[in-house]
Amino acid sequence: MFESKAGVLFIGGVGFFVLAFVANAAVPMLMYRDIPELTAQQVVNSNLVYQFEDLNRRFPDSFKKHVGDLKGESWDAAKIREKCADLLKEGRDIYVAEGCWHCHSQFVRPVSNESLRYGPVAKSEEYQNELQRPVLFGTRRVGPDLSREGGRRSSDWHAAHFFDPPLLSPKSPMPRYPWFFEGEAGKPNRRGLAITLYVQWLGSWLESYPYYEDYAPVDILDPAPKAP
Amino acid sequence: MSPPVLDTSTANEPLTDVDRLVDRRIVLCYYGAALTYMVISMLGGLLMALQLVRWNELQGIELLSPGRWRMVHTNAIAYGFLANAFLGTLHWTIPRLTMRPVLSKAFSYLIFAAWQVVVLATAGGILLGHAQAVEWGETPVWIDPVAQLGLLLVAINFMTPIMAARGPMYVTLWYFMAAFVWTFLTYAMGNFVPQYVVCGTNAGAIAGLFIHDLVGLFVTPLGWGLMYYFVPILLKKPIWSHGLSLVGFWGLAFFYPLQGIHHFLYTPIPMFLQYGAVISTIAVEFVVATVIVNFFGTLKGSGREVVTNLPIRWFYTGMILYGITCFQCALQVTLTFQELIHFTDWVVGHAHLVMFGVFSQWLMGIMTYLIPRLVGKPWYSRKLCEWHYWLSVVGIVVMFLDLTMAGLFQGWSWSSMRIWDHSTQVSEPFWIVRIFAGLSMFGGILVFIYNIYKTLAGPVEVIAAKAQPAV
Repeated sequence: MFESKAGVLFIGGVGFFVLAFVANAAVPMLMYRDIPELTAQQVVNSNLVYQFEDLNRRFPDSFKKHVGDLKGESWDAAKIREKCADLLKEGRDIYVAEGCWHCHSQFVRPVSNESLRYGPVAKSEEYQNELQRPVLFGTRRVGPDLSREGGRRSSDWHAAHFFDPPLLSPKSPMPRYPWFFEGEAGKPNRRGLAITLYVQWLGSWLESYPYYEDYAPVDILDPAPKAP
Repeated sequence: MSPPVLDTSTANEPLTDVDRLVDRRIVLCYYGAALTYMVISMLGGLLMALQLVRWNELQGIELLSPGRWRMVHTNAIAYGFLANAFLGTLHWTIPRLTMRPVLSKAFSYLIFAAWQVVVLATAGGILLGHAQAVEWGETPVWIDPVAQLGLLLVAINFMTPIMAARGPMYVTLWYFMAAFVWTFLTYAMGNFVPQYVVCGTNAGAIAGLFIHDLVGLFVTPLGWGLMYYFVPILLKKPIWSHGLSLVGFWGLAFFYPLQGIHHFLYTPIPMFLQYGAVISTIAVEFVVATVIVNFFGTLKGSGREVVTNLPIRWFYTGMILYGITCFQCALQVTLTFQELIHFTDWVVGHAHLVMFGVFSQWLMGIMTYLIPRLVGKPWYSRKLCEWHYWLSVVGIVVMFLDLTMAGLFQGWSWSSMRIWDHSTQVSEPFWIVRIFAGLSMFGGILVFIYNIYKTLAGPVEVIAAKAQPAV
């Protein structure tokens, strides 16, 4: 059996693989089968709609050109939800395509002071939606976790940061993304608007939104921590 | 002390029956493709390494985006270098083990062409922004079915002689047969299930399983299978213990696929599943120890070969690094280590040690052994073969130690609640060292390619000089 073709193919090859799939993949599938998977439209919440309208206020020309005339066409709530979900999905695709998820994670662990730095520890239901298919947990943090990034900084900040990260964070190793813009930070194209909206969405479903880090800043040149 | 000899004594012998079963040209074609993608992959790695220390002067060009090239870097290694080098070597190994040719020569070339289309389309797709959000499986979704079909054809082509062979099967064939099944299933699971069947945490569990199985059920069994084939041939003696070979194979088959979730510890994946993955990981390290003991038992009495026989040196260097990787893994997989080192460069160092230090170096050793036999000429320069070895080994060991330390400093910086920039600033010296370690590995590959080029271009009459000390 242990040296026969049938043994190797069916016990080792198929059998143990299926056993592992059941143990590692089918078990969580069964455990979470009752948490519904939300669509992109269903995850649009009031915080996100605020950010969507805020993009229109900050970049009116870009927004009109690449998303639509929010005021002029007097969109109703359903229309806004639809347009917002479309832009959000595009933002997610850009996050994947540019490999953002290889330098930024999207889960907060219950250890190493992460809940102080980032916000509430990750829960399963947060990930049961179309935008986490496949899930964007990530495995490396060259930059910080982004799962509670939404709302912490303004969309202006994000636009400037995508355009040229060292403008705002002088020693950042993050590359520039000028192809999100039409020549200047104040003129994001559809990709720029989409990725900004996506980042603003992260964590927008939580009561703690927007979460600001809860720690005393430490001066690098003066490592003694100051009292909060 | 006799001069080191790279044994090419069989390179010029007339073809035997078993040689006629092997299509040497396709092995060379695969090696050519493999080394091309290795160079592409290393250029991608270099770009990302330069970006981290802000020395990247090519910033702002969409097609040269470091984020996209980072994905090309890993995919070109997995599907470009490792897959091609393995397929080429299988075309040498399987006909010799089964005394039968592969299913069809034309079919083999069709598969070769199809696989290059898959790899090029993957690289092109990623650079054009079509990556899929599965780590190590960023192949755009529209290529996945083609790659899946390709894997099926590979299995059919190689399984034909294996199934036709009679009598007891050698260890190598256990690993190969299992690998054909596992690679097919792993690819299907990782690329289709989290995309079309489940989302969220469940997709994470599967993504973890995929990252893990791609190394453990595709690269590892093919790699060890080849070691079980080439080491006894080069040392001219059988494997030390057949019993340990059995323990090694079945232990790997049972424990390796159970560990996927250890890539996502402290996520919302149920904790008891995380514990299970941790325990199976520690269990497999004991299995690995038996395999390594078996190979060092085989080496006993022939230790001198590590100095004189360059392919054997490549193989045993890889095995020592494999032992280190696995020992490291048994520690880093614990929740205690994970608190500190998860998300850091420690993990990046671990990945490089296993993918380059072990499997790529084994394949380099195999190529060093086979290329003179494939082209019927001795190496142009033994000295350049040594340069290839030392540049690669020194490069990977420095990179591993450097990134491991970088990971510790990053972990401490984060958990002590310094501002984020502190963690990148503390990483900078390590990131600079890593560039030079990578350049050393890159230099090794370039030396190797140059040596192959000069060997191919060399005069044919060198073959006749069989009586002279082999180069």
